[in-house]
Amino acid sequence: MKVVGISVDSVEVNHGHTQKMHFTFPLLSDADASVVRRYDVLHRGFGPKGNDIARPAEFYVDANGMVQWVNLTENIAVRARPEQALAAIDSVKSGHRD
Amino acid sequence: MKRNWNWPIFAGFVVAVGGLFSYEFFAQFPITRDFPWANLLLFASGAALLLVGLFRAFGRPQLYRGKIFGLILTAIALFLFGFFAYEIFYVLKQVPLSAQAPRIGEKAPEFSLPDQNSKQVALAELLSPNGTVLIFYRGHW
Repeated sequence: MKVVGISVDSVEVNHGHTQKMHFTFPLLSDADASVVRRYDVLHRGFGPKGNDIARPAEFYVDANGMVQWVNLTENIAVRARPEQALAAIDSVKSGHRD
Repeated sequence: MKRNWNWPIFAGFVVAVGGLFSYEFFAQFPITRDFPWANLLLFASGAALLLVGLFRAFGRPQLYRGKIFGLILTAIALFLFGFFAYEIFYVLKQVPLSAQAPRIGEKAPEFSLPDQNSKQVALAELLSPNGTVLIFYRGHW
Protein backbone atom coordinates (compact mmCIF):
# COMPACT_ATOMS: atom_id res chain seq x y z
CA MET A 1 0.00 0.00 0.00
CA LYS A 2 1.22 3.44 -0.91
CA VAL A 3 0.88 6.55 1.21
CA VAL A 4 0.85 10.06 -0.25
CA GLY A 5 0.59 13.36 1.60
CA ILE A 6 -0.94 16.46 0.00
CA SER A 7 -0.96 19.98 1.44
CA VAL A 8 -0.68 23.58 0.28
CA ASP A 9 2.91 23.75 1.58
CA SER A 10 5.62 24.66 -0.93
CA VAL A 11 8.07 22.13 -2.37
CA GLU A 12 10.79 23.71 -0.20
CA VAL A 13 8.82 23.25 3.02
CA ASN A 14 7.97 19.67 2.04
CA HIS A 15 11.60 18.97 1.20
CA GLY A 16 12.77 20.24 4.59
CA HIS A 17 10.03 18.41 6.44
CA THR A 18 10.79 15.12 4.65
CA GLN A 19 14.48 15.38 5.51
CA LYS A 20 13.76 16.18 9.13
CA MET A 21 11.17 13.45 9.64
CA HIS A 22 12.89 10.87 7.35
CA PHE A 23 9.66 10.31 5.43
CA THR A 24 9.95 7.79 2.62
CA PHE A 25 6.62 8.60 0.97
CA PRO A 26 5.87 11.47 -1.40
CA LEU A 27 4.64 14.79 -0.03
CA LEU A 28 2.92 16.68 -2.82
CA SER A 29 2.78 20.44 -2.97
CA ASP A 30 -0.60 21.87 -4.00
CA ALA A 31 0.45 25.48 -3.52
CA ASP A 32 -2.59 27.02 -5.25
CA ALA A 33 -4.93 24.50 -3.57
CA SER A 34 -6.36 23.50 -6.96
CA VAL A 35 -6.32 19.76 -6.17
CA VAL A 36 -7.58 20.45 -2.64
CA ARG A 37 -10.51 22.26 -4.29
CA ARG A 38 -11.07 19.46 -6.79
CA TYR A 39 -11.46 17.05 -3.86
CA ASP A 40 -13.67 19.60 -2.07
CA VAL A 41 -11.54 19.51 1.07
CA LEU A 42 -10.67 23.22 1.13
CA HIS A 43 -10.80 24.96 4.49
CA ARG A 44 -11.09 28.66 3.72
CA GLY A 45 -9.03 31.02 5.86
CA PHE A 46 -7.96 28.40 8.39
CA GLY A 47 -4.24 28.51 7.67
CA PRO A 48 -1.74 30.10 10.05
CA LYS A 49 -1.93 33.39 8.12
CA GLY A 50 -5.61 33.17 7.34
CA ASN A 51 -4.81 31.44 4.06
CA ASP A 52 -6.80 28.61 2.48
CA ILE A 53 -5.58 25.16 3.46
CA ALA A 54 -6.77 21.57 3.26
CA ARG A 55 -8.94 20.12 6.00
CA PRO A 56 -7.64 16.79 7.30
CA ALA A 57 -9.02 14.09 5.00
CA GLU A 58 -8.02 10.60 3.88
CA PHE A 59 -9.02 8.75 0.71
CA TYR A 60 -8.13 5.14 0.04
CA VAL A 61 -7.97 4.53 -3.70
CA ASP A 62 -7.67 1.10 -5.32
CA ALA A 63 -5.43 0.08 -8.22
CA ASN A 64 -8.01 1.40 -10.71
CA GLY A 65 -8.24 4.79 -9.07
CA MET A 66 -11.63 4.09 -7.48
CA VAL A 67 -12.28 5.50 -4.02
CA GLN A 68 -12.83 2.66 -1.54
CA TRP A 69 -12.74 4.45 1.81
CA VAL A 70 -13.09 8.09 2.87
CA ASN A 71 -12.42 9.65 6.24
CA LEU A 72 -13.53 13.26 6.78
CA THR A 73 -13.04 14.27 10.40
CA GLU A 74 -15.66 16.43 12.08
CA ASN A 75 -13.08 17.92 14.41
CA ILE A 76 -9.75 19.25 13.19
CA ALA A 77 -8.02 17.94 16.30
CA VAL A 78 -9.28 14.39 15.74
CA ARG A 79 -7.35 12.64 12.97
CA ALA A 80 -7.51 9.14 11.63
CA ARG A 81 -5.08 7.05 13.63
CA PRO A 82 -2.87 4.72 11.59
CA GLU A 83 -4.34 1.58 13.18
CA GLN A 84 -7.93 2.78 12.56
CA ALA A 85 -7.18 3.60 8.95
CA LEU A 86 -5.43 0.27 8.40
CA ALA A 87 -8.29 -1.65 10.02
CA ALA A 88 -10.85 0.18 7.86
CA ILE A 89 -8.81 -0.41 4.71
CA ASP A 90 -8.30 -4.07 5.58
CA SER A 91 -12.03 -4.57 5.95
CA VAL A 92 -12.64 -2.85 2.60
CA LYS A 93 -10.05 -5.03 0.91
CA SER A 94 -11.47 -8.24 2.33
CA GLY A 95 -14.91 -7.19 1.11
CA HIS A 96 -16.96 -6.68 4.26
CA ARG A 97 -17.61 -3.05 4.81
CA ASP A 98 -18.93 -1.71 8.06
CA MET B 1 -1.74 41.39 62.85
CA LYS B 2 -0.05 40.36 59.65
CA ARG B 3 -2.28 38.18 57.51
CA ASN B 4 -1.09 34.99 55.83
CA TRP B 5 -0.17 34.67 52.21
CA ASN B 6 -3.06 33.00 50.41
CA TRP B 7 -1.03 30.61 48.24
CA PRO B 8 -3.91 28.56 46.70
CA ILE B 9 -4.96 31.62 44.72
CA PHE B 10 -1.56 31.90 43.05
CA ALA B 11 -1.19 28.16 42.62
CA GLY B 12 -4.67 27.90 41.12
CA PHE B 13 -3.98 30.73 38.71
CA VAL B 14 -0.67 29.22 37.57
CA VAL B 15 -2.28 25.79 37.06
CA ALA B 16 -5.15 27.34 35.06
CA VAL B 17 -2.71 29.25 32.83
CA GLY B 18 -0.85 25.96 32.40
CA GLY B 19 -4.14 24.37 31.31
CA LEU B 20 -4.25 26.76 28.36
CA PHE B 21 -0.60 26.88 27.35
CA SER B 22 0.06 23.15 27.66
CA TYR B 23 -2.35 22.51 24.79
CA GLU B 24 0.44 22.66 22.24
CA PHE B 25 2.30 19.99 24.18
CA PHE B 26 -0.66 17.68 24.75
CA ALA B 27 -1.83 18.09 21.14
CA GLN B 28 1.20 16.05 20.07
CA PHE B 29 -0.37 12.87 21.42
CA PRO B 30 -3.64 11.54 19.98
CA ILE B 31 -4.85 10.41 23.39
CA THR B 32 -4.71 13.93 24.85
CA ARG B 33 -5.61 15.56 21.55
CA ASP B 34 -8.79 13.76 20.44
CA PHE B 35 -10.31 14.93 23.70
CA PRO B 36 -8.32 17.49 25.74
CA TRP B 37 -8.89 15.84 29.10
CA ALA B 38 -5.38 16.68 30.34
CA ASN B 39 -6.03 20.39 29.80
CA LEU B 40 -9.49 20.17 31.32
CA LEU B 41 -8.00 18.39 34.35
CA LEU B 42 -5.52 21.25 34.78
CA PHE B 43 -8.30 23.84 34.49
CA ALA B 44 -10.38 21.91 37.05
CA SER B 45 -7.44 21.69 39.47
CA GLY B 46 -6.80 25.41 39.02
CA ALA B 47 -10.46 26.17 39.69
CA ALA B 48 -10.43 24.04 42.86
CA LEU B 49 -7.35 25.84 44.19
CA LEU B 50 -8.78 29.25 43.32
CA LEU B 51 -12.00 28.34 45.13
CA VAL B 52 -10.07 27.26 48.22
CA GLY B 53 -8.19 30.56 48.11
CA LEU B 54 -11.36 32.60 47.70
CA PHE B 55 -13.07 30.77 50.55
CA ARG B 56 -10.09 31.55 52.73
CA ALA B 57 -10.00 35.21 51.70
CA PHE B 58 -13.72 35.83 52.16
CA GLY B 59 -14.39 33.34 54.96
CA ARG B 60 -11.49 34.25 57.21
CA PRO B 61 -10.38 37.71 56.04
CA GLN B 62 -8.70 38.37 59.38
CA LEU B 63 -6.35 35.44 58.66
CA TYR B 64 -5.90 35.48 54.88
CA ARG B 65 -5.32 38.08 52.23
CA GLY B 66 -6.55 37.92 48.67
CA LYS B 67 -10.08 39.28 48.39
CA ILE B 68 -9.21 41.62 45.55
CA PHE B 69 -6.39 39.87 43.71
CA GLY B 70 -8.21 36.58 44.29
CA LEU B 71 -11.17 37.89 42.35
CA ILE B 72 -8.99 39.41 39.65
CA LEU B 73 -6.95 36.23 39.10
CA THR B 74 -10.12 34.12 39.14
CA ALA B 75 -11.69 36.37 36.51
CA ILE B 76 -8.60 36.09 34.29
CA ALA B 77 -8.55 32.29 34.74
CA LEU B 78 -12.24 32.12 33.81
CA PHE B 79 -11.58 34.21 30.72
CA LEU B 80 -8.71 31.90 29.67
CA PHE B 81 -10.93 28.87 30.19
CA GLY B 82 -13.69 30.50 28.13
CA PHE B 83 -11.22 31.12 25.31
CA PHE B 84 -9.96 27.52 25.49
CA ALA B 85 -13.47 26.06 25.50
CA TYR B 86 -14.51 28.25 22.55
CA GLU B 87 -11.49 27.20 20.49
CA ILE B 88 -11.68 23.51 21.35
CA PHE B 89 -15.41 22.90 21.41
CA TYR B 90 -16.47 25.34 18.71
CA VAL B 91 -13.70 26.54 16.37
CA LEU B 92 -12.09 23.11 15.85
CA LYS B 93 -15.45 21.71 14.80
CA GLN B 94 -16.04 24.33 12.12
CA VAL B 95 -14.95 22.03 9.31
CA PRO B 96 -16.33 22.49 5.80
CA LEU B 97 -19.08 20.15 4.63
CA SER B 98 -17.07 18.77 1.70
CA ALA B 99 -20.32 17.65 0.12
CA GLN B 100 -18.62 17.33 -3.30
CA ALA B 101 -15.70 15.27 -2.03
CA PRO B 102 -15.21 12.01 -3.92
CA ARG B 103 -17.29 9.22 -2.42
CA ILE B 104 -16.86 5.49 -2.13
CA GLY B 105 -17.25 3.93 -5.57
CA GLU B 106 -16.39 7.13 -7.44
CA LYS B 107 -13.24 7.67 -9.43
CA ALA B 108 -10.64 9.75 -7.60
CA PRO B 109 -10.11 13.03 -9.51
CA GLU B 110 -6.90 13.01 -11.55
CA PHE B 111 -4.08 15.37 -10.56
CA SER B 112 -0.41 16.04 -11.10
CA LEU B 113 1.64 17.81 -8.43
CA PRO B 114 5.33 18.30 -7.59
CA ASP B 115 6.72 16.11 -4.82
CA GLN B 116 9.34 17.18 -2.26
CA ASN B 117 12.06 16.79 -4.89
CA SER B 118 10.20 18.95 -7.45
CA LYS B 119 9.38 15.87 -9.49
CA GLN B 120 5.94 16.08 -11.07
CA VAL B 121 3.80 13.12 -9.94
CA ALA B 122 0.39 12.16 -11.35
CA LEU B 123 -2.24 10.16 -9.50
CA ALA B 124 -1.99 7.43 -12.17
CA GLU B 125 1.65 6.86 -11.17
CA LEU B 126 0.71 6.60 -7.50
CA LEU B 127 -1.83 3.80 -7.93
CA SER B 128 -0.65 0.43 -6.71
CA PRO B 129 -2.06 -3.12 -6.60
CA ASN B 130 -2.47 -2.77 -2.85
CA GLY B 131 -4.10 0.61 -3.08
CA THR B 132 -3.01 4.12 -2.17
CA VAL B 133 -3.98 6.36 0.71
CA LEU B 134 -4.22 10.05 -0.21
CA ILE B 135 -3.78 12.07 2.97
CA PHE B 136 -4.78 15.70 2.77
CA TYR B 137 -3.32 17.58 5.69
CA ARG B 138 -3.32 21.14 6.89
CA GLY B 139 0.36 21.69 6.31
CA HIS B 140 3.41 22.13 8.43
CA TRP B 141 3.75 25.13 10.73
